[in-house]
Amino acid sequence: MASRPVALLMQAVLYVAFAAVIGIFSTAPVYRHLAEDQALLKLSFSQPGQLRSECRRRSAEELQRMAPNMRQEMDCPRERSPLTVELSLDGAMLARETVAPAGIARDGPSTYYARFPVPAGEHRLTVRIDDSERVQGFNHVRDETVRLDPGRILVVDFDPARGGILYR
Amino acid sequence: MFATARRARSPGVLAYPFPGAAGVLARVEAAFDRCFGAHANPWRHLGALGFHLFWIVVVSGVYLYVVFDTSVAGAWQSVQALSTEQPWAGGLMRSLHRYASAAFAAVILLHVGCEFVRGRYAGARWFTWISGVPLVWLALGSGVVGYWLVWDQLALFSAVATMEWLDAAGVFGVSLARNFLTPESVDDRLFSLFVFLHIGLPLLLLLGMWVHIKRLSRPETVPARALGAGTLAALLVLSLFAPVTSAGPADAMRAEPALALDWFYLAPHALMYETSPGALWAVATVLTLALAACPLLGRAHRPAVARVDPANCNGCRRCFEDCPHGAITMHPHPDARIGAELAVVDPALCTACGICAGACPSSTPFRSVRELVTGIDMPQQRIGALRETLQSELARLSGPARIVVLGCSNSVEVEALRSPDTAALTFMCAGQMPPSFVEFALRNGAHGVVVATCPEDGCAYRLGGRWTQQRLDGLREPYLRARVPREQMRVVACAPHEAADLRRAVEALRTRRSHASAAEEVVHG
Repeated sequence: MASRPVALLMQAVLYVAFAAVIGIFSTAPVYRHLAEDQALLKLSFSQPGQLRSECRRRSAEELQRMAPNMRQEMDCPRERSPLTVELSLDGAMLARETVAPAGIARDGPSTYYARFPVPAGEHRLTVRIDDSERVQGFNHVRDETVRLDPGRILVVDFDPARGGILYR
Repeated sequence: MFATARRARSPGVLAYPFPGAAGVLARVEAAFDRCFGAHANPWRHLGALGFHLFWIVVVSGVYLYVVFDTSVAGAWQSVQALSTEQPWAGGLMRSLHRYASAAFAAVILLHVGCEFVRGRYAGARWFTWISGVPLVWLALGSGVVGYWLVWDQLALFSAVATMEWLDAAGVFGVSLARNFLTPESVDDRLFSLFVFLHIGLPLLLLLGMWVHIKRLSRPETVPARALGAGTLAALLVLSLFAPVTSAGPADAMRAEPALALDWFYLAPHALMYETSPGALWAVATVLTLALAACPLLGRAHRPAVARVDPANCNGCRRCFEDCPHGAITMHPHPDARIGAELAVVDPALCTACGICAGACPSSTPFRSVRELVTGIDMPQQRIGALRETLQSELARLSGPARIVVLGCSNSVEVEALRSPDTAALTFMCAGQMPPSFVEFALRNGAHGVVVATCPEDGCAYRLGGRWTQQRLDGLREPYLRARVPREQMRVVACAPHEAADLRRAVEALRTRRSHASAAEEVVHG
């Protein structure tokens, strides 16, 4: 072992180096996950689609084949339609997804989440959602110009009970 | 080239996966020994240092929890108040909490790396290694959740990034990231979950740490006072000079484009955004599987374990006391003598170091039996065979200063010193050497004996060097007898690259012998 004063000095130097490494990498280097002139677009929803098929009346023969305690006159399938969504910015398609409903019986909500860093500024934002297999094409559309400041997060949600496609 | 790579076939030599890295590590440790001394050398006590840092984090965390407001509206303000309203108490504690956590992560990484380089993951050590793998994740999880409690922009970024990563696994059925979509999405109940996780995960971590050291005999969970105090002082000074501050309050509608990440815990977020959540899952899975598979690397090298000879075992318990991995238990002796015990070796726990054979009182080479059979012995290197080798080495020695070097297979290679006046004998571990071998050599023609062990607190088998020193100093059974002249003996604790230290010790004994001979000639005219 080195002489005591030298050893103590070396210890001090090494402890300072240890503290410096801990201190520096606790805050640096700064991580930039968005450019200065970018905003963030989040497209997310968790909604059940419309019922995949309408209720129908069972025939007498069908009812006869069923157990007496199960004889319901109306047959209403639980399965939901998948949700198809399109998101485009200034005419460029950012996302097009078809999201299946959750659950073994496919009767749960369709859930989607995606984030898109986009340039800040004014944009033509178009969102189209199809939540019913019984309707041809997109039955919910929102198309308007939005202004996104740098660092702004715009959330695009979907809730038919609150007006359909929502910007937050 | 690291010395042990050349001796890979010798009994007792640990199989190093990367001999070059092991050599570099040994040199770094030796350099730190010169500054800190072995007892306070952080490289030799990373596990104990980890425990020390954990307790610093716990104690500072308890203080923070007392004043913490566990609500969405109050969390940021209560943490900020620590720094602004009581900088010398709360601010200091907050900084200490965070820096000690970062140091804890750094020490864990170094501990894993060093133990891997030292080859301590296979054989009987598999359990300790495997039980350490989930601790890495628990430590990481504990730290990441801790960042969320501050509820600033960094907290929101980390929480969302973590949830996006979990969502990518596709097992939850719902999107967890939606819980942070808008300011209204986060409520006080979610915050209670954060607090629960930040207390629950460290508790699980502590339980895991206890399991991790369960198979070690005399586990080291408290570092030397100098190391503990030095580390705490360094973190306190850092906390004073660079107090931790919060980013702005969390705002789900505004992203902070540049964030001062704590790279010890939050680096995975950056990796995920630079690649994809799937890529981060792939990295995490491959790393975990690779760590978990390490014990399979050493399966082919499983050495023979210690064997007990009931006829020669008197149940003295010395091997039981000295085994570094608790592989020996005491059972009633089959000869049915009342109270007599027999040592029993658990092969699953035995690392084949031979320390038990060195502890056995029947291992003395002075026994007058033709074939020396000991109470406990290593099949690949029996004490009887070692005695025969020593006898033949002593018989061939010539010259005015005859020196015997008793070495350790994981320390300096002593065979290189063999010459007409120098004998060399390598044990599996210095702890395998019965101290009476020193006396035996001196009484049978040697003028001096040098014992080479691994560096202090750096024994490849944890406790061999310490037990050897204590036995030779008369502090631990079996003792080296008091009548053995200590001036004719040297103990050198050195790493494989420190052959010069060993040569110096041999030369010192040789010079001493020459001076003694000259003095004798003067006396006898």
